[in-house]
Amino acid sequence: MVTFEYLKPKSIDEAISLHQSHGEKARYVAGATDVMVKIKEGKIASQYLISLKHIQGLDQIRYENGELRIGALVTHRALEQSAIVAKEFPIIQDAVRNIGSVQVRNVATIGGNIINAVPSADGAIPLITLGAQVRLMGPKGERSMALEEIFIGPGQTVLEPGEILLEFVIPKLPPHTGGAYWKHTRRAAMELPILGVAVLMSFDDKIKTCTDATIGLGVLAPTPMRARKAEAILRGKKLSDEILTKAGKAAAEECKARDSVRGEAWYRRAMVEVLVPRMARTAMERASCSEV
Amino acid sequence: MKKVISFVLNGDPMEVEVEPHWTLLYLLRERLELTGTKSACERGECGACTVIVDGKAVNACLFPVMEVEDKAVQTIEGLLGEGNELHPLQRSFLENAGVQCGFCTPGMIMSAKALLDENRRPTEEEIRHAIAGNMCRCTGYVQIVRSIKQASETMSGGGRE
Repeated sequence: MVTFEYLKPKSIDEAISLHQSHGEKARYVAGATDVMVKIKEGKIASQYLISLKHIQGLDQIRYENGELRIGALVTHRALEQSAIVAKEFPIIQDAVRNIGSVQVRNVATIGGNIINAVPSADGAIPLITLGAQVRLMGPKGERSMALEEIFIGPGQTVLEPGEILLEFVIPKLPPHTGGAYWKHTRRAAMELPILGVAVLMSFDDKIKTCTDATIGLGVLAPTPMRARKAEAILRGKKLSDEILTKAGKAAAEECKARDSVRGEAWYRRAMVEVLVPRMARTAMERASCSEV
Repeated sequence: MKKVISFVLNGDPMEVEVEPHWTLLYLLRERLELTGTKSACERGECGACTVIVDGKAVNACLFPVMEVEDKAVQTIEGLLGEGNELHPLQRSFLENAGVQCGFCTPGMIMSAKALLDENRRPTEEEIRHAIAGNMCRCTGYVQIVRSIKQASETMSGGGRE
């Protein structure tokens, strides 16, 4: 078996300085559910695992003035069971309650899910759709950016060596907003998706006209993406079957679906066309139920 | 480099010497000789190694042993009561034929225990959601769900709804 030292820094500064002193031999871990598998398979041979779990404050979910802050070390299970997420951001719950098993969700973190940047990791899709910003801290200081921009390719992010993801910041949603996410799988549980589709829409007071729309697609391409042409079709329109069909077609056309072990491009495109209108309808239902 | 960690195992505080690269499963089975917790897929897919850490069901095969420090771990061996009395879940699995080959059973029961500790009267859907990460390749899921349902009724003191 591969051996390693396991370090447990208590602060971000300590974690960063440990990473700097061990350089390429070091790797940050959170829940370690992916890292341990890769170590067992011999795909990772880090000599130092630096656990981020013992740094205070990174595992908090905070909701203030409509803004949601999710610490990078928050587990999928904590998000699944959060009353505020269930009530205000069901689109997140749609995704996290079906990632792995209870056993994995109890340990695996949302930050780890994102930083692994595996194309099949769908936790990012609703967060991107919600317009999440990420806060990063590294040897050169702190910076923020849109979550969408941190992905470069499979397993690759813009994070510099030693940089740590601190939290996700989800901006306040306008009134009459609803969102929904669909993980498209062969079986009901313990499955990596063929694709994932998230739709977030805001409406006027009568819940008839769409004032804003965001569509997130993932797993079908190397990195998660927005379907901006389809969003533009929905924006400012009274929702009808015709408009939804048009948006579905546009999303299917602009999505960068590819053939992979999880699904073929033609099938993924066909499902985008079906699922974008379906999620838009759920988003609309949820918007009309919201108490705002 | 060897480290000494302290934690609580099935109610007993203990100190053990470990290698930092071990998993909790390795410690339990190979060093403490608690082989009730099973090793199967070794990659968090099958749930045979499920134990409870600080009240939460986890896959021991992926759990770094160094994260066990100062935590409370419960394994299937810790379920027996006074005078070796079976836990209601264990009794219920026997009564409802929730056990076929038995390999998934310890993990299944630990997942069920974590569920019932959190939610005394789960619905069938909640039971299925909670054991989705526990594979039974004899596919006796109907009896397993029934076993958990009956145990929840016994443990919450009420009769059938």
